[in-house]
Amino acid sequence: MSQPHSPRWIRLLRWSAPILAAPLAGCNWVVMNPTGDIAVQQRDLILISTALMLLIVLPVMALVVFFALRYRATNKATDADYDPDWDHSTKLELLIWSAPLLIIIALGALTWVSTHKLDPYRPLDRIDAETKVDPKVKPLTVQVVALDWKWLFIYPDLGVATVNELALPTNVPVHFDITASTVMNSFYVPELAGQIYAMPGMKTQLHAVANKAATGTGFSANYSGAGFTHMRFAYKAMDQGAFDAWAARVKASSTMLDRNVYLALAKPSEKAPVAYFGTTDPKLFDAVVNLCPKPGQRCMGELMHINMMGGAGKESAHDTKGLQYDFPNSHVIEQSDQNKGQETAPDAPGAPGPHHEPAIDHTNPSGADAHAQHR
Amino acid sequence: MTGTLTTTQMIFGRLTWDSFPWHEPIVVATFCAVVLGGAAVVGALTYFRLWGYLWKEWFTSVDHKKIGIMYMVLGLIMFLRGFADAIMMRLQQAWAFNGSEGYLNAHHYDQVFTAHGVIMIFFVAMPFITGLMNYIVPLQIGARDVSFPFLNNFSFWMTTGGAVLVMASLFLGEFAQTGWLAYPPLSGIDYSPATGVDYYIWALQVAGVGTTLSGINLIATIVKMRAPGMSLMKMPVFTWTSLCANILIVASFPILTATLVLLSLDRYVGTNFFTNDFGGNPMMYVNLIWIWGHPEVYILILPLFGVFSEVVSTFCSKRLFGYTSMVYATCCIMVLSYLVWLHHFFTMGSGASVNSFFGITTMIISIPTGAKLFNWLFTMYRGRIRFELPMMWAVAFMLTFTVGGMTGVLLAVPPADFVLHNSLFLIAHFHNVIIGGVLFGLFAAINYWWPKAFGFRLNQFWGKVSFWCWNIGFWLAFGPLYVLGLMGVTRRMRVFDDPSLQIWFVVAAIGAAIIAAGIGAMLVQFAWSIWKRKELAVEGDPWDGRTLEWATSSPPPEYNFAFTPVVYDADSWADMKKNGYERPLTGFKAIHMPSSTGTGVILAALSTLCGFALIWYIWWLAGLSFIGIVAVAIVHTFNYKRDFYIPVEEVTRTEEERTRILAAGV
Amino acid sequence: MSSATANAPMEPRAYHLPEEPHLHEGHSTMLGFWMYLMSDCLIFAILFATYAVLGGSYAGGPGPKDLFDLNLIALNTAMLLFSSITYGFAMLAMEKNRVSATQGWLFVTLLFGGAFLFIELYEFSHLIHEGAGPTRSAFLSAFFTLVGTHGLHVTFGSIWLVTLMVQVAKKGLIPANKRRLMCLSMFWHFLDVIWIGVFTFVYLMGVLR
Repeated sequence: MSQPHSPRWIRLLRWSAPILAAPLAGCNWVVMNPTGDIAVQQRDLILISTALMLLIVLPVMALVVFFALRYRATNKATDADYDPDWDHSTKLELLIWSAPLLIIIALGALTWVSTHKLDPYRPLDRIDAETKVDPKVKPLTVQVVALDWKWLFIYPDLGVATVNELALPTNVPVHFDITASTVMNSFYVPELAGQIYAMPGMKTQLHAVANKAATGTGFSANYSGAGFTHMRFAYKAMDQGAFDAWAARVKASSTMLDRNVYLALAKPSEKAPVAYFGTTDPKLFDAVVNLCPKPGQRCMGELMHINMMGGAGKESAHDTKGLQYDFPNSHVIEQSDQNKGQETAPDAPGAPGPHHEPAIDHTNPSGADAHAQHR
Repeated sequence: MTGTLTTTQMIFGRLTWDSFPWHEPIVVATFCAVVLGGAAVVGALTYFRLWGYLWKEWFTSVDHKKIGIMYMVLGLIMFLRGFADAIMMRLQQAWAFNGSEGYLNAHHYDQVFTAHGVIMIFFVAMPFITGLMNYIVPLQIGARDVSFPFLNNFSFWMTTGGAVLVMASLFLGEFAQTGWLAYPPLSGIDYSPATGVDYYIWALQVAGVGTTLSGINLIATIVKMRAPGMSLMKMPVFTWTSLCANILIVASFPILTATLVLLSLDRYVGTNFFTNDFGGNPMMYVNLIWIWGHPEVYILILPLFGVFSEVVSTFCSKRLFGYTSMVYATCCIMVLSYLVWLHHFFTMGSGASVNSFFGITTMIISIPTGAKLFNWLFTMYRGRIRFELPMMWAVAFMLTFTVGGMTGVLLAVPPADFVLHNSLFLIAHFHNVIIGGVLFGLFAAINYWWPKAFGFRLNQFWGKVSFWCWNIGFWLAFGPLYVLGLMGVTRRMRVFDDPSLQIWFVVAAIGAAIIAAGIGAMLVQFAWSIWKRKELAVEGDPWDGRTLEWATSSPPPEYNFAFTPVVYDADSWADMKKNGYERPLTGFKAIHMPSSTGTGVILAALSTLCGFALIWYIWWLAGLSFIGIVAVAIVHTFNYKRDFYIPVEEVTRTEEERTRILAAGV
Repeated sequence: MSSATANAPMEPRAYHLPEEPHLHEGHSTMLGFWMYLMSDCLIFAILFATYAVLGGSYAGGPGPKDLFDLNLIALNTAMLLFSSITYGFAMLAMEKNRVSATQGWLFVTLLFGGAFLFIELYEFSHLIHEGAGPTRSAFLSAFFTLVGTHGLHVTFGSIWLVTLMVQVAKKGLIPANKRRLMCLSMFWHFLDVIWIGVFTFVYLMGVLR
């Protein structure tokens, strides 16, 4: 597939070189050739299902062509076969209902098993086809926030965070907690594993593992507004040593990801550069999931507790302070904001950013997991 | 909406001079072209004094045949618009590489793909199938019109009103930039404050009323107005599939209406159904819209399954194989289509058991669908297949749709969907079934029933050119999209980083250009055939048809059948021919028919105006037009005289004319 | 399939009836209206489902127990139920072709319907005045939309009722008017059934929860 062509061939067809050479030489069928075990299993499932279906699809298509040719009115050889009133055969009816049924039974069984096995919420039990997960190894947790229109990755175990760059150590199970700040997105790294929606006020999960050092791209697979097309991030899988070095580099950044920095970062912007944060507010992700990153905003956990209590009494009707989360014109990029976003997300990794007062952490009951409402 | 309102705002709402997209040269050029073209059409109609004719004979007509044709014309016009959007997308995606932003900015591009989806589903596919059912079903069941002829006219104009609103968004304000299903919170007022989503909502609401009413109308027609002897199991398969499609319409469009009402309340009143804050739940919208959305795709495809059944049986000169299993398969699909909606969002984080349940129910639909395919296959077996254009489309459908069905089942496997969801693979899949199924079916139907409607055949040469352009163009345009999906390219992208992808988009654009040639050839085919209609003229039954619509003249008289036929067999016309049926030449009687009315046009115009006023926050106009709607509806109910008799002399004259033509033809 | 019989025509088949089959006027109206009601029922089903999902999301605000006054709602329910009964009497009078009795009962129905609407509007304005309007929480959005949609139906039913009373006054109980009264009857009882759902599901269960 990726064999280079003979130079003469290319010279002869220089005008059409991009047309002929590019698909053959430069292409990367990443979904068919991923480097993460989950994605590999999903790929295998595609191949097996397709093969199963071809068992019936190919004969049908061949028969369509064969019958179409054989019984054409101009083919005098089949004149004698013509039977205008033949419209029923119990045996054939049985066959045409049972053949697809059998295929679907097989495929249905495969679906049931694989869906449970590859449930993104299910912790991994294997690193790859040969290796089981070592129960002593603690999975790496990455908290993912889909912002307008960039990705924030928080590594709570390491106390660091990045924008638009996801690095993972190979052969270590990774557990993603995923949410979004404003609208629906979908977190998808084709190299690593299938996608899952990133939704505001919700926490979705994904378990995956990278098996080989690789670089690739991750992106939002669900349209989310004007900046969607550029909502892409670098994906880097590296061995443990390289990952430790990477983590140290991030750690060296003097910028802290606190509430204020987060709020500035969350403002809509396009093509945000990679940024590193050496320290993070450990409660930030919880606050984002609970829709209360801003000082004074009331967290969903607290509100859901009130729901369980049956309401907060008649007087509470007028008490709407701190409840608003969506604000008018939330998807408009303002030039001044774009500049601010640049400041808080320094373009040179590790470059010092302006100092921010850490946000006052209001009583913030790290509320009920939003995903409980949702599963 | 804060602060004090100026007088201008009171009168014009948020409509200002700047609402016209002056800064978009493409739109301005289109606008000029539309104005010039529109002026030319209006001028021509005035010059040839056709307004009165159009108003009296067409716009206010309650004749199901004329309404059917008007639906088809609407579908065709909107198809050209929707296809223009498709070409723009293909061009942008083939262009925007290597740092180029292409020629469309996000604001424009995002409207284009949203409009493409909305138009193709609601204002192309729906009018086409509704028009087809309107024209054919009453003829196939031996009826003189539908159950509620006035509602039929009203439904058509409501659909047109929705289309007018979508078209207006091109030149006044903007269309939605949300994708064709307008998921909140993105479609909420805070994230989409401009007119786009409001155009979307009111266009679909106005058209949705029409669709629901026409569904009720056709069900009542099929249930109540069948010719004597036509039991349910003797109905032609197209009528069966239409019945099922209309049941789906009546049982699903109210869901869309309710869902859009909730979305509009969020946008207009400030309720919190689908907001992030105040306890709203955007995931509920995704569920609700797909509870309508999945049956919708079967609404589109089922009638075309019926078309293929008619076409295959007619052109194989053979009874349809497995009529009974065909009917049961259709009903199975109808019921199952309500049990699969969650497969559109396996990735929203439902549990594995829920996902597998919906995955497996989805696969189960492929069993009756497969059975149908086998039935067509065995109808061909031991037949004498005449490869006229409709049959060519039918064979192309069988080959194309099978592939689309297969990739569809693949997407129903949840873990496979995790990697393919929202990718170009998905785009290729649903175009594979919608083009390969719905459009190919429509082309088969148009070529098959055109002689019925107009009394002359369509030119075969240009039809074949169109056929091959479409088939080759389709695979060139969507084959690369399958590949790109496997490369992890997602949908609705405007600009690309990876230069190695460009070649595939270029091929897809070439494919789209070939499809454009196919559309051009089809328009030439229509024009050429109309020009040469004398040479292509047919009487009654050009294809040796098998069902009742071929029992009357082509085009049929206003009253369809001088005498209501009696049915003994599913292939009733074939049965009549076989048993030496002779057309009665005397004894005609006066025929009871519904009379035309302009009320439908007026009501729909007022509804459209009301929608427009709501989009632009022109409250006084919205209120006034709403009161107008209620008033006109009430006044209409005071008219008790809604029918007339075609005098026996006229029936006799029409029938004797046909006798003469038949004699001359023999 | 009847194909086997096609080969041996026993007797010549008559393909036309001696007397043209005649469909009486309004032959499909009841069926069509019934289907419309079912489609309307689906709209309510969606609104009920929405209430089921969002009915417990108070956004830190008041819940049903804080807001609903069951006595008022019981009175309201009685109004609507009575209006259904009196509509039934109107239909009985119509069957006997008694124009003035029909009109009288229709008028009583209208009064009960009006009372229902008045009480509902009072309840709504009271809630809004307390700050518990449709924008306060998802629960209240779902509540106002479900109950309000029902109220809107009753409003249009009342307008229709007045129209029919005028038509009966002008034309008497001709078949077309009887058919229309039947349709409105179905509509009115349908709204009654929906209200019983609202009363049970929203009010009673809301206060019990």
